[in-house]
Amino acid sequence: MNPGAARTDDVPLLEIRDLAITFETSNGPINAVRNAHLTIMPGETVAIVGESGSGKSTTALAAIGLLPSNGRVSGGQILFDGEDIANASEKRIIELRGNSIGMVPQDPMSNLNPVWKIGFQVRETLKANGLAGANSKERVAEVLAEAGLPDAANRAKQYPHEFSGGMRQRALIAIGLACRPRLLIADEPTSALDVTVQRQILDHLDRMTSELGTAVLLITHDLGLAAERAEKLVVMYKGQVVESGPALEILRNPQHPYTQRLVNSAPSLASRRLQSQKAKDALAAAVAGLDTPLDDENDPAHVGKAPTDAGLAPSSVPAAPAQPVRAARPAPNGERKGAQAGETILEVKNLTRVFKLRGALGKSTDFKAVDDVSFSVPRGTTMAIVGESGSGKSTVAQMALSLLAPTEGSILFDGVEVNSLKGKALFDFRRRVQPIFQDPYGSLDPMFNIFRTIEEPLKIHKIGDSKSREKKVRELLDQVSMPASTMHRFPNELSGGQRQRIAIARALALNPDVIICDEAVSALDVLVQAQVLNLLNELQEDLGLTYLFITHDLAVVRQIADHVTVMQKGRVVEAASTDEVFSNPRQVYTQELLNAIPGATLLV
Amino acid sequence: MVMFTLRRFLQLIPVFFGATLLVYFLVFATPGDPIAALSGGKPMAPAVEAALRAQYNLDQPFWIQYGLYLKNLVTLNLGQTFSGQDVSAVIGRAYPVTARLAIMALSIEAIFGVLFGVIAGLRKGKLFDGTVLVASLVVIAVPTFVLGFVLQLVVGVQLGWARPTVSGAAPWNELLLPAIVLGLVSLAYVIRLTRASISENMNADYVRTATAKGLSRTRVVVVHILRNSLIPVVTFLGADLGALMGGAIVTEGIFNVPGIGNLLYKAILKGESATVVAVVGILVIVFVVANLVVDLLYAWLDPRIRYV
Repeated sequence: MNPGAARTDDVPLLEIRDLAITFETSNGPINAVRNAHLTIMPGETVAIVGESGSGKSTTALAAIGLLPSNGRVSGGQILFDGEDIANASEKRIIELRGNSIGMVPQDPMSNLNPVWKIGFQVRETLKANGLAGANSKERVAEVLAEAGLPDAANRAKQYPHEFSGGMRQRALIAIGLACRPRLLIADEPTSALDVTVQRQILDHLDRMTSELGTAVLLITHDLGLAAERAEKLVVMYKGQVVESGPALEILRNPQHPYTQRLVNSAPSLASRRLQSQKAKDALAAAVAGLDTPLDDENDPAHVGKAPTDAGLAPSSVPAAPAQPVRAARPAPNGERKGAQAGETILEVKNLTRVFKLRGALGKSTDFKAVDDVSFSVPRGTTMAIVGESGSGKSTVAQMALSLLAPTEGSILFDGVEVNSLKGKALFDFRRRVQPIFQDPYGSLDPMFNIFRTIEEPLKIHKIGDSKSREKKVRELLDQVSMPASTMHRFPNELSGGQRQRIAIARALALNPDVIICDEAVSALDVLVQAQVLNLLNELQEDLGLTYLFITHDLAVVRQIADHVTVMQKGRVVEAASTDEVFSNPRQVYTQELLNAIPGATLLV
Repeated sequence: MVMFTLRRFLQLIPVFFGATLLVYFLVFATPGDPIAALSGGKPMAPAVEAALRAQYNLDQPFWIQYGLYLKNLVTLNLGQTFSGQDVSAVIGRAYPVTARLAIMALSIEAIFGVLFGVIAGLRKGKLFDGTVLVASLVVIAVPTFVLGFVLQLVVGVQLGWARPTVSGAAPWNELLLPAIVLGLVSLAYVIRLTRASISENMNADYVRTATAKGLSRTRVVVVHILRNSLIPVVTFLGADLGALMGGAIVTEGIFNVPGIGNLLYKAILKGESATVVAVVGILVIVFVVANLVVDLLYAWLDPRIRYV
């Protein structure tokens, strides 16, 4: 594909041999990377896959001399075009950066300097590498246009805050490729972006690098994405390379146990909804000889509308049409009196929310964040609301939690209008509807230990005495598979997945009927994500919980949801059962979202 | 931007009246009779005393006194001191001296504060950084009047490098030592603020990206770290201008600088409402204008900030 590449095909462009990287910390040196090795041929795309903390970014940053100040290469070689640059001089590294090795960083929001215009930031790249001639202005516009920025000459005069995330990432790609480097390090280049934008950006990056013959070192936590984009994969785990080889081979036949786990839990490759152990047993029993009405499975009559007719026998009304096993579920125990699968617990009717945007000269314009949204959630099932950022899905969640008043429309919880609740009634409503938020780092008070965090809602609602509350906290920790000793620890001592478990335990403390998960697993690594999703699913089965699951990730939806509502620009564009949406998406937008799941087209 | 500036100037009006009223009342409520003090405690002919009281409106109730003061103010008549000079003339002599002093102090603060702060921030944990941190802590901990007297004694008297007190015309060179004393505490704060800001921005993602572009270290520091780090420092410097004018009372006392600090101090002792209110009124205006300039600088340094 690249005429230049053929010449040097037998000499690797980048070869990392036995690389070791050590960080000096106050607790002594930490070996972040050990014995790492990888080879990139000219023009080739190689992906390093691993969870956060696996050393994948550290390895890549070492290749461009950008280790943090307390990190250093403590062993091995980094051969760029045959030259060992592992401990090269500052001067030599500066020479290489930009025109030999370029970089596209992870988060477009924080990687452009907010106080300089985009054009300035591109031009200085050219200038630093001696490529800014007399017509540098035109060159800047050219480079930006190549990266897919429309109206580049004018947009170069704008500041980063006037750009959307996708546009910023295009500007960063322009910067990374401006000086035609032979190697581009792309560190999670799209993980901060919406799936549909992600696809466009990656496609564009692919096209550009193959036109220019640039080799790419792609760093990602997403196995599906890596397999789709790279010829070779390098899997890293705890600072070591555990497996490497051709992408599809690794995907089909993973050798190392970690890779096997990674392949099994990659959300983009999972094909069906999670099932709890109980449900699996029930299904097995049903298949073994019972006449569960399996025909209902694909009956479109059930799609998207909640069977509310209480006269029907529960067994003939599967709560989730796609899930015959749900009918076989034992009735949820405990205080959920009269709870019946199929009964609608949360109903949203013609919900609209208008925000006033401040414009110039004190004028304000109306912005409809949520526009005439209706859906209903049957008890004990999971409804997913899917959409890109800005689609209004989180606004719906906030209104359902009664944290935000709707402009029009109504939210019925157990038949009662939520918006009219006041005082005691609102207090009781809060007890029955609990949230789990996206960022487990931000949603737990760092000054509260875990016991206090989980106990707080019990205290507020005056449930039990201190002794019974402690017992309850122990039970809750047990439910989310955390040891009771966690009680005395603080959030900063826990990992992201552990924190999210604590957030779940806190949400469960009041025995709620509905849990609203606003991007509850989006911030987590794939393996942790899979664990948390499994946990949520088991809890649903055991406690008869109803979930309203807000997410941008259709791969997650497939694993957890019974029904899906797809939102775009504040409106519902498609509502159906999960299987229906995945097998037969009716709207172009839904199809785009589905196509955007990395690895969706891979046949494994 | 124009609307914003205009609105801020309109805000000046209530601030000015509020401040002058408050100050006028404080002087009025200060115990002691200014006329009795004027005569040095000796008995005074009742007719003379009555005439003096009438001349300075001291025979009127508070609201009338303040009202008459405002009436004069509209015609730009700031009143007279007890010794019969026009307040405007007295202030006209004292103000340039203090302005000079404050500008010198502010320049010292800004130049050396940012310089030392940047070096310390870039070499965090090294010798220079440690020295600067300890030194600035000492300066912050020791009161200004102690520093002032020590420097006056050591630099002025023992070493003889500078005049220990300032002469009548208060030329620039004589004001250098007082300016250093005046700016020293704020200098320490500017250093610490700049240092913290620099070392925070050094780890910003866009700095790493700038380095990855192949820029030289100097360019990364000057273009990408410095401008972003200066935003909080500028805010501090602007707010500090007002504090410097107020702090001038102590420094001007030590070095006998004939500025408004000295003037204000003496006027308060004499209960001379007209002088006190005029000096404070001008300080209020300086303060508000300095803050406006800071806000405009802010928008210039950080393009994300736009005023409407």
